[in-house]
Amino acid sequence: MRHLPIPEEEYMLPGHTACLGCGATLVMRYLLKALGKNTILSIPACCWAVIPGVYPRRALEVPLLYTAFEVTGAAISGIKEALNAMGKEDVNVVGFAGDGGTADIGIQALSGAVERGHDVFYIMYDNEAYMNTGIQRSGSTPMGAWTTTTPGGKKRMYKWEPKKNMAEIMVAHKIPYVATATIAYPEDFIKKLKKAKEIKGPKFFQVFSPCPTGWRVPPNKSVEVSKMAVLSKAFPLYEVEHGKYRITVKPKKFVPMKDYLKMQGRFRHLTEEEIERIQEEVDRNWEELLLKEKITQGETHEI
Amino acid sequence: MAIILPDEPTPIAKVPSTENKTGGWRTFRPIINYEKCIRCYICWKFCPEPAIEFDSPDAHPVAKPQLAKFDSVKINYDYCKGCGICANECPVNAIEMILEEKLEED
Repeated sequence: MRHLPIPEEEYMLPGHTACLGCGATLVMRYLLKALGKNTILSIPACCWAVIPGVYPRRALEVPLLYTAFEVTGAAISGIKEALNAMGKEDVNVVGFAGDGGTADIGIQALSGAVERGHDVFYIMYDNEAYMNTGIQRSGSTPMGAWTTTTPGGKKRMYKWEPKKNMAEIMVAHKIPYVATATIAYPEDFIKKLKKAKEIKGPKFFQVFSPCPTGWRVPPNKSVEVSKMAVLSKAFPLYEVEHGKYRITVKPKKFVPMKDYLKMQGRFRHLTEEEIERIQEEVDRNWEELLLKEKITQGETHEI
Repeated sequence: MAIILPDEPTPIAKVPSTENKTGGWRTFRPIINYEKCIRCYICWKFCPEPAIEFDSPDAHPVAKPQLAKFDSVKINYDYCKGCGICANECPVNAIEMILEEKLEED
């Protein structure tokens, strides 16, 4: 007898070639646990393009189609419509791409796919840089981070631009379901996926997935660091269902941003003032989110 | 002219990754102390491999008699890469990470 917090079925096989403590493998594991065997995936160039191993290896028990970097949105639209034409309408079609393939290179195909309203899932696993090719800065890299293309030096050339808010871009497309999730809260992630399964139309998930190699974090801390991201408001967990915001994890007690940043080697160079600035930005974003929740849930008419 | 399609129009990967014994990557080996384990399955939940498997309830010692009806867990060392998430997340610190070379010496 066993009481398990998440579904028992495994559709991801061991023996894959992900790094130690990889967050992206946990995203895939939870995704397939929630969606089940009746799923087709499409993956562009990203970490997950190499994780299953070299041909002829496969690490998943579901069909997986590799595509070019910029066309995940187009590929899943095509797969879904082909399945509809064949009368197989109950198959979950999932685009599974990294933050580079979503926020930078794949954004036009994704925008087109969700605007056309195909009944598909799109999972962006957000490891906050191009990790597969060697930690280059992406639009989703957070403010103040070191990467190999923002190496710092005497002029302190780190990434000072704010992180591109992909979930909000998707909300602006007025799609039926947008959610954020992270690997430290698998129950929350799986609950959201099961809810999304019942909704017809495009569904977008931004899943925070730590990369120990690129973030300069010990591999055993990858779940802990993603929990800290939620507790420090750096990555709030919420869902937007038909335009209505709902924050799904509201921590009773927050941790200062400093504690979250100090866990990671990519932020080790930050000065007190810079941490202060990041803290202000994060606080403002959280207040904004609380307000959005209040307004869209119809609790206030004051604005 | 008739079009002849190949049997497989695109290459299809068919060999499961379980043939890769990634346990060889390991530097630190997680060892479960069954005297402490409360069978909460949090290690199973967070294993990115997944290399944590279920075993019968009586396959290993039990920490408390009321836990005896629950399945125990074991680590599949063929695949465990030794990342240490299980040891870090264990609520009762029942998993210890031990250097592989040290184990070989003993």
